[in-house]
Amino acid sequence: MPVSDQNPLVDQLREVHTEALERLGQVSDLTALDGWRVHYLGRKGALTQVIRGIGTLPTAQRPEVGQVSNEVKSALEEAFEAQVGAIKQAKLAKTLSRERVDVTLPGYPVSLGRLHPSTQTLREITAIFGEMGFQVFDSREVESDYYNFELLNIPPYHPARDMWDTFYINERVVLRTHTSPGQIRAMQAFHPDPIRVILPGMCYRYEAITARSEIMFHQVEGLAVGENITMADLKGVLVNFARRMYGAERQVRFRCSHFPFTEPSVEVDMDCIVCNGDGCPLCKQTGWLEILGAGMVHPAVLRNGGYDPERFNGFAFGMGPERIMMQKYGIDDIRYFFSNDLRFLEQFG
Amino acid sequence: MRAPLSWLKDYVDITIPLDTLVDRMTMAGLEVGGVEHIGADWRRDKLFVGEVVAVSAHPRADRLVLATVAYGQGDPQTVVTGAPNLKPGDRGQKVAFAVEGAQLRDGYSETPRLQTLSRTSIRGVESAGMVCSEKELGLSDDHTGVIILDPDLPVGQPLTDALGDTVLDVELTPNLARANCIIGLAREIAALTGQPWRAGPADAATGPHAAATAYGSVASADADLCARYSASLIENVTIQPSPPWIQRRLQYAGQRPINNIVDVTNYVMLETGQPLHAFDYETLQGVVVVRRARRGETMQTLDGVERELTTDMLLITDDSGPIALAGVMGGSATEVTEDTRHIFLESANFNFVNIRRTSQQLRLHSEAAQRFGRGVDPDLTVPALLRASRLMETLGGGTLHPEIADTYPAPPSPKTITLRAAEVTRILGMAFSPTDMARILTSLEFGCTTHHANGDTSLEVVVPSHRLDVSEPADLIEEIARIHGYDEIPTTLIHDVLPPQRSQPHLDGLEQTRDILVGCGLTEILSYSLSSLDSINRARAEGPPPAAEDYISLANPISQERQLLRQSLLPSLLETLSTNRRYRQRMALFEIGRVYWPQAGEALPLEQRYLGIAVTGPLLSRSWHDADEPPQFGWTHLKGIIDTLLQRLNVPQVRFTAAAHAALHPARTAALSIGGAPLGIAGDVHPQVCEQFDLADQSVAVLELNLDLLLAHRQPRRYQPISRFPAVLEDVALVVDDDLPAQAVEDAIRTAGGEWLREVTLFDLYVGEPIPAGKKSLAYALTFQADDRSLTEDEVRVLYRRIQEHTAAELGAAMRE
Ligand SMILES: [Zn+2]
Repeated sequence: MPVSDQNPLVDQLREVHTEALERLGQVSDLTALDGWRVHYLGRKGALTQVIRGIGTLPTAQRPEVGQVSNEVKSALEEAFEAQVGAIKQAKLAKTLSRERVDVTLPGYPVSLGRLHPSTQTLREITAIFGEMGFQVFDSREVESDYYNFELLNIPPYHPARDMWDTFYINERVVLRTHTSPGQIRAMQAFHPDPIRVILPGMCYRYEAITARSEIMFHQVEGLAVGENITMADLKGVLVNFARRMYGAERQVRFRCSHFPFTEPSVEVDMDCIVCNGDGCPLCKQTGWLEILGAGMVHPAVLRNGGYDPERFNGFAFGMGPERIMMQKYGIDDIRYFFSNDLRFLEQFG
Repeated sequence: MRAPLSWLKDYVDITIPLDTLVDRMTMAGLEVGGVEHIGADWRRDKLFVGEVVAVSAHPRADRLVLATVAYGQGDPQTVVTGAPNLKPGDRGQKVAFAVEGAQLRDGYSETPRLQTLSRTSIRGVESAGMVCSEKELGLSDDHTGVIILDPDLPVGQPLTDALGDTVLDVELTPNLARANCIIGLAREIAALTGQPWRAGPADAATGPHAAATAYGSVASADADLCARYSASLIENVTIQPSPPWIQRRLQYAGQRPINNIVDVTNYVMLETGQPLHAFDYETLQGVVVVRRARRGETMQTLDGVERELTTDMLLITDDSGPIALAGVMGGSATEVTEDTRHIFLESANFNFVNIRRTSQQLRLHSEAAQRFGRGVDPDLTVPALLRASRLMETLGGGTLHPEIADTYPAPPSPKTITLRAAEVTRILGMAFSPTDMARILTSLEFGCTTHHANGDTSLEVVVPSHRLDVSEPADLIEEIARIHGYDEIPTTLIHDVLPPQRSQPHLDGLEQTRDILVGCGLTEILSYSLSSLDSINRARAEGPPPAAEDYISLANPISQERQLLRQSLLPSLLETLSTNRRYRQRMALFEIGRVYWPQAGEALPLEQRYLGIAVTGPLLSRSWHDADEPPQFGWTHLKGIIDTLLQRLNVPQVRFTAAAHAALHPARTAALSIGGAPLGIAGDVHPQVCEQFDLADQSVAVLELNLDLLLAHRQPRRYQPISRFPAVLEDVALVVDDDLPAQAVEDAIRTAGGEWLREVTLFDLYVGEPIPAGKKSLAYALTFQADDRSLTEDEVRVLYRRIQEHTAAELGAAMRE
């Protein structure tokens, strides 16, 4: 079919198309854009006006007009939508730019509290020993002399009593000077099962309150009892603890000491965390920091706890969370722990 | 124990470097706490042993003299000195001589200060050197005269060779009493370094040992308390200063020299560990008897105090009565004085428990009491006695009587312990050969015989008398381990069975409580468990003051502030607010701690864990966002924290009722109860109490509850399926009497609403027009929902009407339109 080059309506449609796009480019707000839409695409708009002249055309030319007009219409509609998007984007961008904040301003305060540093350390210790199968055993603070001393192989007037300055309620009742009476209570509670417990708790000593000594402090005692517990195991557990607590590179040494309730007794030192063993004021130039006391449970203590020392043996150890904090953070005054100065407490956690 | 190396070397060769020695001792339980190098700063070319060749008067000053000193380096020098122990005409004394350029301490300065000696002119006489005092050499604070050296020291010897020494400060645990002397340490060092131990200058008993001697008799009337009593007589002594070498050793070991007799008793005690006591023989009357004090008996001890004695105390007596408090302190009547001619020297062994008790009861502490109180080897009395007697002969010019008085009613037979090799392995986790074990034990003077029976190896070990601390296999195992070195023991993991692991809801609950409260913005504190009546009283606005008898109190408090075991956390919480308010406006604190209640008929108190909370100041810390004053903490916020805690711990049964409390605002106090039992209190702190804690201008809200009780009532968590059917929301506003608790209204609504009423939330409280006076309006948002279907409008309407009717009937509530 011959296609006429002289289809006037098609020409008009193309003109409208060109003009509309040109005008659209100049529209910059949504109101004007709506005006544009009415003007070109509306029911009485320019496109419709052109199509209305279709009746004047020869029949053969009419389909072409229909086709072109659809093309133009959808092209314009597409352009319109694009322009709507562009204008909205521009508007949004403008709004957002007005909403600029100074990102360096402090944020709104959130009120989250803090755990006491001793609690934090106790949890750390508890978690480490928990991994090795040690569960917490809770025990009383006001103790009989019997549990605090005698059952731990420290009879009345024994020279070893010099190691503990004791607060007395009366001749037979004391504030526990260590968590060790809990060893006996744990053994009495659990025998003849094997035991792996740690005993965290507050202890008391009759001492002047100074930067270095307190009348009250936490201790964490550990106790393992079984038919197969050796001093080599004690070393293994404590080396693991020290490296988990202070870092994998830590060196640990075991030296002979004395506690009436363990035999052999051990003092555990770790290379100084400040000088790494070279010597500094913290470690009193020795290169070592004392972190733990420990030993193999004395046969008499096992017996007092209800275990036959010929069959069972065990180890015990004890440490002070406040001392650990002091070493770790270089805290020079133990009194901070229970004087509740918030300027101190708020530095931790 | 301060141990000069030169003294230790009398008994053992020290063949290893000092650092190695210190390390080996420390690892073996003899902790070396310090090493002092005496004379380390005495330059070899500046300080010498000098000899005074002449002393003449200073031409222009009465108090000064001119001393000419030969010191082995060229011509003698003449120097000016004011020392009172150098007088014109003196010659021959050996002195410490410093030449120009020596570093010396300032003799006149209070604090140690080093200065360099330079040439000066004193009252017109040039002086280029100096005869030194102890203080100038840094040996002591004594600057009253120049130090006189032993006459046999060679002139010109560098002073550091003559007087220099190294002193080990060994920290000894109570079980190491045996090492609290030079010989004891030397024995340990010998075992640790594989060197032989040299027994002291052997001194075989010269004469017979018997309780009765020509010069007197001794008796122990109580063999349990005095196992052995030995004594000697040294006749015709001259009391005078000890020779320099003894003075020096005593000084380096930390003892002050007094005179030859006292110095010898101290010297031998430091050397052997045996305390000795010297009596003036001529003051003694009759037989020396060791016995318990009689009722009402008294005696005057050396320190001049008249002591009242109890029948538990052990005395040394003669026919006249007590002459010494055995093992603790001598009596003034028999004391050695400048005029004493004959010495009755006591070397005895006393029961350690008895000595400790006496010393503690009389609050009388002496070196002897301390040593006897830790146990002394009874075999030591005679060797120490002879050593001291010989020294007194040498230093005091006296003569030792050939007879030794000695009563030893029941010498113990040596202890024998069977040590099975398998036992060593079982405890240490490391096997030792019998040879190695025997070698180690023998080096410590244990007697060892090895036995093999039924494939079992064991050692028969005889314990030497000085090892009072060894009584069972475990003690020997420690000896083997420590001499071998703990570091040699392998490091293993526990291969024993894992004990039963138990569920610990209560302990978990404590930690969960902490976490919830931290999430609520509270900071944890920990306060002293020990308190005072003053502090307890400060936290009360009304009511009778507390009585000390109601508290458990310390028999030996360190101070009045720390005397009573607390029964409430409130005083310390308020104190904490008070001490911190200078730096903090906003304070939100909690404490979980024990309180202690006396229990009738029980020796031990009831210990309970309490929870305390205190909040005050702005809700949030100050911020640039808030232009206005931020809201302040008060009762409502505290209540919110408590509600959250109860909800999170899942203890819905807690009831709040209006109540009164001595510390709290009378109209803003709630009693908390659970299952009818009191749980705690909460409320605003009474303004008067606030004032007593300097918190006058702010409101403070506090909670205290029995956390053990609360945690015991935790309910198990139950899963509630989420309903697939829509919820119907309705509001209801009820007008009720102003003093009707909101809890009652909510309870009534819930009762009437039944199981389909899922949520009841108060969203408005209104008082004032148009609500009549004395009434309040409470508006609640109600959520109705069923699990199995959609509720119909009619069903909800019925429930709504039921709520209306029920609250009207029960509480006289009116619907507000
Ligand atoms: Zn260091």
